Amino acid sequence: MANVAGIPVYKEMGATPGPGSALDRVRVAIVGAGPVGLALALDLGRRGHPVTVLNRLDFVAHCSKAICFSKRSLDILDRLGIGDAVVEKGVTWNVGKVFRGAGEDPVYRFDMLPVKDQKRPGFVNVQQYYIEEYLLDGCRALPNVDIRWGHAVDAVTPQGDGVELAVTAEGGGYRLQAEWVVACDGARSTVRDRLGLDFEGRVFEDNFLIADIRMKHEMPAERWFWFDPPFNPGRSALMHKQPDDVWRLDFQLGWNIDREVATRPENVETFIRAMLGEGIEFEREWYSVYTFQCRRMARFVHGRVVFAGDAAHLVSPFGARGCNGGFADADNLGWKLDLVLNGNADESLIETYNHEAVATADENILNSTRSTDFLTPKSSASQALRDAVLELAKDHAFARPFVNSGRLSTAVAYADSPLSTPDEDAWDGGVAPGMPVLDAPFGNGWLLDELGDGFVLLACGETHDPLPDMRLVALEPGSLAAQRLGLTAGAAVLVRPDQYVAARWRRPTPAAISAALRRAKGEIQCQH
Amino acid sequence: MPALTLTPNLGGHDDLYEALVRLHDGLSDEQSLRLWSRLALILMNHIGDRDVLFAAMEAARRS
Repeated sequence: MANVAGIPVYKEMGATPGPGSALDRVRVAIVGAGPVGLALALDLGRRGHPVTVLNRLDFVAHCSKAICFSKRSLDILDRLGIGDAVVEKGVTWNVGKVFRGAGEDPVYRFDMLPVKDQKRPGFVNVQQYYIEEYLLDGCRALPNVDIRWGHAVDAVTPQGDGVELAVTAEGGGYRLQAEWVVACDGARSTVRDRLGLDFEGRVFEDNFLIADIRMKHEMPAERWFWFDPPFNPGRSALMHKQPDDVWRLDFQLGWNIDREVATRPENVETFIRAMLGEGIEFEREWYSVYTFQCRRMARFVHGRVVFAGDAAHLVSPFGARGCNGGFADADNLGWKLDLVLNGNADESLIETYNHEAVATADENILNSTRSTDFLTPKSSASQALRDAVLELAKDHAFARPFVNSGRLSTAVAYADSPLSTPDEDAWDGGVAPGMPVLDAPFGNGWLLDELGDGFVLLACGETHDPLPDMRLVALEPGSLAAQRLGLTAGAAVLVRPDQYVAARWRRPTPAAISAALRRAKGEIQCQH
Repeated sequence: MPALTLTPNLGGHDDLYEALVRLHDGLSDEQSLRLWSRLALILMNHIGDRDVLFAAMEAARRS
């Protein structure tokens, strides 16, 4: 199966034999062994659940897909135990620069880590196949995670208390009955298709050329973006550094082009040489032309079938909100499924995944759509406004924040989450319910590493009665961690297993903490 | 909250009107549209009040 439709192979896994019976039963089936499916498998696996992952292909693909992993994703990967491997391999960066025309001074500059003294940087660039490899290493260390390579889902039949999948595998097909199915099977999700579900949104009329090349080149580890550069007049370009001397070049091509002609090496290399100089020596890694869409399913939870990642929502790549958005899904779903599978929360908790993941997708789609409208103006007025911003940005600081070459992925706030207990005390700053805890030095390490996989009460200078399923972590009054959370002596914050703040108090009572914990597990429904 | 001012708030209307017309002398429609855009952005930033700006956009669109 290794030579599927021209997909290059990073690592052969070999087809996994079928289960040997016509009917197999599992608790959780994850469809798709991409980064989102594997992250969820690793999370559930680490929590002790038996997990079965079905992947249509029997290899890890080599082609370039996601490369930019946000701080929030690194925090998630840290919790899953592979953060160090990713950061060690990857190219760390915080700063993005936007250039216009032949100008050598950026018209706009941004820093993705405005608050320093955190464990992880704003971004790390690393090829998706490395992420998949590290996630696989984590999964394979767990006997309860079963990854089946070359197992394709053909049919999906919802049942009262589960789902039945018809699966094709080497040596014959079988039926797989699962209590829960999580579809992480990408933009062209088979599960979504077989269930006949919607996937609404906008297609953008523009083509972009990706050239991943290998070369020796000196440039700071930053994201560089050009509007109207001499090597692609009237259009845009983007440059990212990846590990192994690989560079991602991205050229806007416009709408009416012949995509086959555009990816011919001689045509791609004309762009590359115009950008980097005639004498440049490089090797081709991967050339392709892509278009993009912003769309999402109306709902991500359909009975016992849950959708995550590209299967549920698609955005443009400008902003690195695709794979990072998918990790946010896996992170949000993991602890909720864990509680439901263990009988520690009602099934309705999964509905809050729908609420929060849809909010995340909407923010990502909004940002992505706005960036796209700046990159590819749709009317002469829109074009004039965009050009006016770029003209003004050269001379006037006020215009620079309007420059939109992609608003890069950061943690999304769950503004009106049913799991959050609204503030009753007055707060000046800190981290409000529905936002993830801001990292800070803690002891000899970092606060986020201290949070673990469960509920935590971060208590500042005061002890509290322990509750079942909730750890206590004491913060020193006046410490940077306490300051960043806005905590004075006696105050406390309840943190969810995904590091999001569920509630906070100046002077919590045991009853208030207990109620907030129950609400965060979906036991108390509040009105919105 | 300061509301959008839609009553006369300036003197020398004819001077300002003429200056606005003259600003476009010798420009193509395309250049003119960019100029309007730059002017709008500069004024928006100077006003610096989102509520006033959204009210102004609505008033401009409604007329």
